[in-house]
Amino acid sequence: MNIQFRESSEAASPLTAKAAIADCDIHPARATRTELYPYLAKRWQHHLEIYGVHAYQGMMEGPPYPKAQPNASRRDAYPPEGGPQGSSLSFMQKQHLDPNNVQLGVLNPLNTGQGIRNHELSAALCSAINDWQIDKWTSKDKRLRASIVVGNEDGLSAAAEIRERAGDKNFVQVLLLSRNVEPLGQRRYWPIYQAAEEAGLPVGVHAFGFGGNPITPSGWPSYYIEEMVGHSQCQQSALASLVLEGVFERFPKLKMVMIEAGFGWAPSLAWRLDKVWQRLRSEVPHVKRPPSEYIREQVWWTTQPMEDPERREDLFDVIKWIGWDRLLFATDYPHWDYDEPSRVLPPGVSETNREAFYRDNARKLYGIN
Amino acid sequence: MTSLIAGGVDCDVHPAVPHLTSLLPYLNDYWRDQVTTRGMVDLISQSYPKNSPITAREDWRPDAGKPGSSLEDMQRHVLDPFAVGHAICNPLYGVQMVFSEDMQAAFCRALNDWLAKEWLDRDTRLRGSIVIPTQSIEKAVAEIERCAQDRRFVQVLMLVMGDTPLGKRALWPIYAAAERLDLAIGVHAGSAYHNPPTSVGWGSYHIEDYVGQAQAFQTQLTSLIVEGVFARHPRLKMVMLESGISWLPPYLWRLHKFWRGVRMETPWVDRAPLEIVRSNIRFSLQPFDAPPEPETLIRLFDHMQSDELVLFSTDYPHWQFDGQDALPEGLSPDLVRKIMIDNPHATYPRLT
Repeated sequence: MNIQFRESSEAASPLTAKAAIADCDIHPARATRTELYPYLAKRWQHHLEIYGVHAYQGMMEGPPYPKAQPNASRRDAYPPEGGPQGSSLSFMQKQHLDPNNVQLGVLNPLNTGQGIRNHELSAALCSAINDWQIDKWTSKDKRLRASIVVGNEDGLSAAAEIRERAGDKNFVQVLLLSRNVEPLGQRRYWPIYQAAEEAGLPVGVHAFGFGGNPITPSGWPSYYIEEMVGHSQCQQSALASLVLEGVFERFPKLKMVMIEAGFGWAPSLAWRLDKVWQRLRSEVPHVKRPPSEYIREQVWWTTQPMEDPERREDLFDVIKWIGWDRLLFATDYPHWDYDEPSRVLPPGVSETNREAFYRDNARKLYGIN
Repeated sequence: MTSLIAGGVDCDVHPAVPHLTSLLPYLNDYWRDQVTTRGMVDLISQSYPKNSPITAREDWRPDAGKPGSSLEDMQRHVLDPFAVGHAICNPLYGVQMVFSEDMQAAFCRALNDWLAKEWLDRDTRLRGSIVIPTQSIEKAVAEIERCAQDRRFVQVLMLVMGDTPLGKRALWPIYAAAERLDLAIGVHAGSAYHNPPTSVGWGSYHIEDYVGQAQAFQTQLTSLIVEGVFARHPRLKMVMLESGISWLPPYLWRLHKFWRGVRMETPWVDRAPLEIVRSNIRFSLQPFDAPPEPETLIRLFDHMQSDELVLFSTDYPHWQFDGQDALPEGLSPDLVRKIMIDNPHATYPRLT
């Protein structure tokens, strides 16, 4: 985070100077409101001017829970040439990619065509965002790779978008958000998993999104912090749904990445799923193995925002239970809760685990040498 | 197995209402007439289908009727073999699901009177929880005040998934009444089903609803902490019942990090969330979601950095463990004493 939250500096487990890292969660932004228009048919440009995006939430502009900082982003990340944080490649290079020696940066655009009630518009916007990622970012900096953004509520058009991009080396994963109209294991989303599995692409599930469901099972809470913490509960429920609907059983080569929702909850959730499955498995005969096995084999987690125990070494227990081979380092640049690469791991990590954590797990998962 | 000690407090047992008609003697003429004239059916929540394996352990399942509906069974299955000093009855009858505040209030009142007469009067080890009609805060407070005159009621009972997050200010008169009357607030697994049972919508299966209870508890802890319930009511104890516990430390690590980042949004939260949990929040032991190896369990308890958070429970008649193995392997005798005796007594001032 770019807000100091330890009283004094303390020992960290720094990388040796300039060791290359993979950053598996970078958020590219548009510099202007109309930056996508060259990629959109005239019809949709007019539509947006007149009706807006018509999302599964009430605000025409901005989020229903005001963020803690403008655009939820670092105040020092505004590009000198103007525009919001994350909207300039040259400034991203200067502020983040170069000094942190980011060798692989995975782009996860937000505010795309996802979470929109008009599914045709959703598909058009997603396709536009995908073209824009190539033009503005990946074609100009070979360290960056894009995520295929898909119209999440219409599985068939989403699958078509994935098939169109399959084999294009600009893209390393398919991107969904955790909050949708239904839990992510539901059948309406299966065409997405099928297409991703066929294309050999992992499916990333990033925190956030809108599907019309209150962010607690008791209704809407009051504060931004509740939404932020709540993304971890959304992610847990989405993962439970994926397991219990049999998505991993049906698509055994599918790989999923849980992005920006923490990972500390994973062991407890897996234990709970296993325990309850032992008792209630007759209800879900399509779930043939203990849930933790599917999770161990088919799920990865990005690290930011790292859980922050008082005794930092407690984190090692949790990582051991998940597996050092399953975590993908991420900064969340340019967002305000950015994790600084040199400071996230406490001391006492082996060289092998550190390299896996910062770089090698991501290279392997995304097939980048 | 870890040895139990006699005289402990079982903080979560579930006496079952045999049928809605069992409450008829406790309803006034108008509501008795409503139930019969309208042909109202039994209020069984989807959270616990009668024949679901989780709803009752096989050897605790009666030949006829609902599991947990017989005091003699409860005595034979739990009160005697676990040698408990007290057991706290948390009825899970589905009165929270109705939408009319008048009907809910009538059913809650009948349920509480039924519990006192048919259970508490018949075994001196039993204590009760007051089920409240949260559709109306005014009626909920009135019901708390009415029942609290009977010192055997030691707690107010709410569901983890209700109409609004539990920290919401509108609910605070309930917490004020509980604090004033030395009652804990028990928050039990289960939903009124007035909202989708997960924060990403309706799942397909009962198993999904059950797994999701843990996530529901997490969102409620956030709400209770950041709305400032415990800054206003520092003496109030809240007990998360059938919540699971192993999620707690990593959940708090996350909440703590964000609280430090955006505490300007909720400036009345003047203590770290984990300090608030240590002073005001407790958790029932079962279900304990962890692998069986003692070394993992020891690490989990160590992560909690407190031996005061957990209260013994069997969750009778739900199926959480087999035989007498209510205590996970590897707990020290000191911790067992805290969990079974000291912590419950520190949580429930009315337990004497």
